[in-house]
Amino acid sequence: MIDFSLNEEQKALQQMAHEFAEKEMRPRAAEYDKGEAHPDDVIKKAFEVGLISCDIPEEYGGGGLSHLDTVIISEELAWGCVGMYTSIMASSLAFTPIILFGTEEQKKKYLIPFTEKPGLSSFCLTEREAGSDAGAIKTKAEKKGSEYVINGSKCFITNGGVADLYIVFANTRQEKGIRGISAFIVPGGTPGLVIGKKEDKMGHRASNTAELFFEDMKVPAENLLGSEGMGFKIAMRTLDQTRAPVGAGGVGVARAALEHAIEFTKTRVQFGKPIALFQNTSFKLAQMAMEVNAARHLVWHAAWLMDRGEKCGKESAMAKCFGSDVAMRTTVEALQLLGGYGYMKDYPMEKLMRDAKLLQIYEGTNEIQRLVIAREVIGPIK
Amino acid sequence: MCDENTGPLPLTVLTEEEEMFYGMANEFAETEIKPLVEEMDKTSHTDEALLKKLFENGFMALDIPEAYGGAEGSFFMSILAIEAVSKVDAGVGVIVDVQNTLVNNALLRWGNEDQKKKYFPKLAVDLLGAYALSEAGAGSDAFALRCKAEEKSDHYLLNGQKLWITNANEAGLFIIFANVDFSLGYKGITAFLVERDFEGFSVGKKEEKLGIRASSTCELVLENCIVPKENVLGEVGKGYKLAIETLNEGRIGIGAQMLGLAEGALANALSYTGERQQFGKQINEFQGVQFQLARMATDVEIARLIVYNAARLKDAGKIFIKEGAMAKLVAGEVAERVSSQAVDLFGGYGFTKDYPVEKQYRDAKIGQIYEGTSNIQLQTIAKMVIPR
Repeated sequence: MIDFSLNEEQKALQQMAHEFAEKEMRPRAAEYDKGEAHPDDVIKKAFEVGLISCDIPEEYGGGGLSHLDTVIISEELAWGCVGMYTSIMASSLAFTPIILFGTEEQKKKYLIPFTEKPGLSSFCLTEREAGSDAGAIKTKAEKKGSEYVINGSKCFITNGGVADLYIVFANTRQEKGIRGISAFIVPGGTPGLVIGKKEDKMGHRASNTAELFFEDMKVPAENLLGSEGMGFKIAMRTLDQTRAPVGAGGVGVARAALEHAIEFTKTRVQFGKPIALFQNTSFKLAQMAMEVNAARHLVWHAAWLMDRGEKCGKESAMAKCFGSDVAMRTTVEALQLLGGYGYMKDYPMEKLMRDAKLLQIYEGTNEIQRLVIAREVIGPIK
Repeated sequence: MCDENTGPLPLTVLTEEEEMFYGMANEFAETEIKPLVEEMDKTSHTDEALLKKLFENGFMALDIPEAYGGAEGSFFMSILAIEAVSKVDAGVGVIVDVQNTLVNNALLRWGNEDQKKKYFPKLAVDLLGAYALSEAGAGSDAFALRCKAEEKSDHYLLNGQKLWITNANEAGLFIIFANVDFSLGYKGITAFLVERDFEGFSVGKKEEKLGIRASSTCELVLENCIVPKENVLGEVGKGYKLAIETLNEGRIGIGAQMLGLAEGALANALSYTGERQQFGKQINEFQGVQFQLARMATDVEIARLIVYNAARLKDAGKIFIKEGAMAKLVAGEVAERVSSQAVDLFGGYGFTKDYPVEKQYRDAKIGQIYEGTSNIQLQTIAKMVIPR
């Protein structure tokens, strides 16, 4: 039978993450939204309560949480501040290829340190000319003796410049195109790893997004993940697993906007009564609540499939696409309910609306999600 | 607009004079405004030299009669100016908009000869005006305003606060709404012409906001502000009528601002998708992208038709209240959709401040809020279409 209830452990996790979001993230959200400083203090506290390494398997010192556990936590953290959540989520995104494809030795060497002290990691796939078309990456890795020499650049890299570990995708056989892409584990501070311009973004300003340059960057051959030419598969399998958490981020943002809108419309008096008493307002709130709930169920379902080891490409794409679309629609509508107050930086709404937009773009634009879904639902033709 | 042989002209066909003016406005926006857009957005600051040029080029006195130093143009010319400027920067668009469609317009319609003689020659040259109706507790419910005007011998004493006043930081003249007698309800509301250096008047906190950051938005504080009786605009107790009727026209201006913004975002999306290569071809060769662009262009056309029609109705002396509300409603929604789609089409680049669509998307939201929220437009439309 289907059971939608959370177990005791999950409820405790949810509550812990909620309290963290409320006490540690929200009070700092506006300050870090200025984009001037990186929230290292919050990241450190998140580490202390186990929120950074929670999805690293227990045998490597992590929390060993299930996918469902993770999305439950994700919603709360994004509710607190989705910019800070992005830093944490992007780090999980970079752990995932190691968890899925790393050798025992790689896992011990590179995962365990993140369970011992605070730190972030970074997933480096996108390039200037390779956004949605990720297979078109130009970064090159040449094998010379016992190491690879990597040259090229990456852009829009979350945690770029603040990470201790980078997963870098580079082509080892240009002539093979997508089948020439390989994935490498690159420790922060490796000579030849140059951090470029920090991007000035619309939202998620607490998180760091930067350009990276690789100038004859030497990486030992044992840092290759899987085998040569497996990189694209590694990237795709990783993204299949991390799309539901982006959807969960959307649910958290949408829920925050909905809660603010409910609170405001219950106290805001115009035309002699609280505006929540106008039917138009109440219907909008009802619609928002319905969409938030629907998005959460899609996210949980995708995570549940993952935990059962079932195929979830389509469902993960649906969770990401719908969750982020709901975040966008809900923040736009919620801001509207706050009127002029919603437009001003004294209220949290305008930040939520700016933040929502990125969820529709990163980790595969929603156009790419629709492509994934369409391919699977249409199936082969003829 | 009506030719005997061919019947009415299509809405989007401009007269020779309009065509020339529109071309000039577009060029001004490209050469004078575009280089400043990023900096003004970043610093939340109106460039003084640009403001001066807006006056020098006649954009701030389009409706003012020639006798007072203005261009004596049509309302439609103001709409074209606002649209052209907003293609490049909707924040500058609202500076042109408020001056023409609210301040100059209210003075033209309700001001007496002395007031026109006194203020128009300045408003045409270097005096920026602002329109102050909203208060903390009176947003959509505008007539719930608490600003008080007490009658004294030869003046009124104004007390209270105004909120979210567009262009207030740079303005020298304010049309302020206050109530002379709360027992009369909205029939006590009166409009006053308040100069910036009047005793007891001050401009308060400047708001930090999501978009249109080239234009300031401030609080106004009135502490025993002394306003001479000759500065009552229109009749005492008729301020509510003045406010509503001015806004009926003003919202067509906001429609034009949102139309311009959507056009600008579409133009950016068209040029980017024509250059960006992914999967071995220009992304505008993908049907998914083509259809999005087609939808955006259709949206822009809808907004243009509805805004132009409302403005032409006003110039023709026809009733335009419903059409004006519809124009603002539709253009605001179009601007939001089109600018959002533009960011999507730019992908990661669209989210960064290196490309203009990020700002256009932030600027769009205000179109559904100020000069009557979308809900208030719907209420106006509902009142007009539902039989009593």
